[in-house]
Amino acid sequence: MKELADAAAIDPGVFAANTGFMILCSGLVFLMLPGLSLFFGGLVQNRNILSTTMHSYAMLGIGSVFWAAIGYSLAFGADIGGVIGGAEHALLGGVGATADGPVPGIPHVLFMTFQCMIACLTPALISGAYAERTRFPAMALFSALWLLMVYSPLAHWVWGGGWLQRLGALDFAGGAVVHMSSGAAALAAAHVLGRRKNLELGEIAPHNLPLTILGAGLLWLGWFGFNSGGAYAANAQAASAMAATQLSAASGLLGWLFVETLHYGKPTTFGAASGVLAGLVSITPAAGFVEPASGLAIGFVGGMLCYGGMMLKLRFRYDDALDVVAIHGVGGTWGALATGIWATAAMGGVDGLLRGNAGQMGVQCLSIAAAWLYCYAATRVALAVTGVFTKLRADEPEQLRGLDLGEHNERAYNI
Amino acid sequence: MRKLEIIVRPERRDSVKRALVEHGVRGMTLTDIRGFGRQGGYKEIYRGKEVLVEFVEKLKVETIVEDDRVDAVIEAIRQVTATGMMGDGKIFIYPVDDVVRIRTGEKGSAAL
Repeated sequence: MKELADAAAIDPGVFAANTGFMILCSGLVFLMLPGLSLFFGGLVQNRNILSTTMHSYAMLGIGSVFWAAIGYSLAFGADIGGVIGGAEHALLGGVGATADGPVPGIPHVLFMTFQCMIACLTPALISGAYAERTRFPAMALFSALWLLMVYSPLAHWVWGGGWLQRLGALDFAGGAVVHMSSGAAALAAAHVLGRRKNLELGEIAPHNLPLTILGAGLLWLGWFGFNSGGAYAANAQAASAMAATQLSAASGLLGWLFVETLHYGKPTTFGAASGVLAGLVSITPAAGFVEPASGLAIGFVGGMLCYGGMMLKLRFRYDDALDVVAIHGVGGTWGALATGIWATAAMGGVDGLLRGNAGQMGVQCLSIAAAWLYCYAATRVALAVTGVFTKLRADEPEQLRGLDLGEHNERAYNI
Repeated sequence: MRKLEIIVRPERRDSVKRALVEHGVRGMTLTDIRGFGRQGGYKEIYRGKEVLVEFVEKLKVETIVEDDRVDAVIEAIRQVTATGMMGDGKIFIYPVDDVVRIRTGEKGSAAL
């Protein structure tokens, strides 16, 4: 520890304000995982809430360990051919207290930690698609494989000096890396895992919406760290990203309620919580690249589009249990396009379509296609490999009895 | 003596209790139940998906009344539960052979 303290003291490149700010942001991104577990946990049946909660908490374990072991290095190690990072940071080799990481002003180890939280979050997002029918050993192995096979390469392409970053694709806090990737993976998982048994029984009402709404509130709070932290400094861009995030979440809430009320006549609290997430996902890639007021349009349209995205699964009959494709896939894709439309050089150094740079839209579309195609295909491979080692799907008697008992030998509610 | 098995909307609990007590009923048993009749179920909406609730929550009140009070009690219950819409519930009426108060061994009307 003394060596760490000395290094920090003597490295004039470490700025206190930025370091404190990014520690706070890392903690806020961490909070998104407990928030996500509540959000998802309230939506499933009461006999599956522990299994669903476990998906998020297990990711804090699996994600952190595999990220430190090799995932971070694959994403942010020295570039190899534009597609993957080198192995020099395996087991955090060379990741220390000096500001010699990918971003200036903060200790390298803090950059790694902030990214670690996002790496834990992203595979947990996928779990919403395969909830209520996936065996825990399969979930654990798949998530570790996915982190290394899908997340780390994509993070390298977009943030770690890979080919998409070199082409100029804009993704401030994770439209492609976090949301399109989990959305595409969710679609692949829904295809491979098939439909839940309890859908045939007509049991699809959430068992505890107040938990879900509390989870949405925690996610909203955590998202400020997620998006503002994309600036990696306590600066104007971080402040602007926070404002854009709030406005997009707010107008996403209203956009969802607007279209829901047109469709069914009444606004729902579940719709409000869903619209918040739609707005937050939509602004993620754009947060530091657009003027905050652009968040109003990005969120409102995002809320309406994600509502429409939910109709896709009814039409095509894939069982994306908790609508990860609709919120993260559709919202992330819209966010990437919106970044290309509203980006302004005054914020993040690049102009978008509305500032006369139509070419940016082409790059954004390329990043969308690359993220969807690679993540869908690689997720199918990761699931196939997982299936070689352990059965993916809980059998029907277990699904009806509940995965809490079947996978974990416990029940959430003994009342 | 008759046993009345009264199935009503749950929110009518207190008004049913008051009506029964006003007509001299000195005891009753309540059970939260679920079921369906002509009302069928109803629809709830979650993220644009319709969920059919097939078994609707109801309240079952069981009580015993003297034969000559049955009509008045039934009318009193209808006064406080009939809304004119489907789902108001039903009253089933059964003959009762006898009643025993466990504490004293009393039988018949004295045991009510």
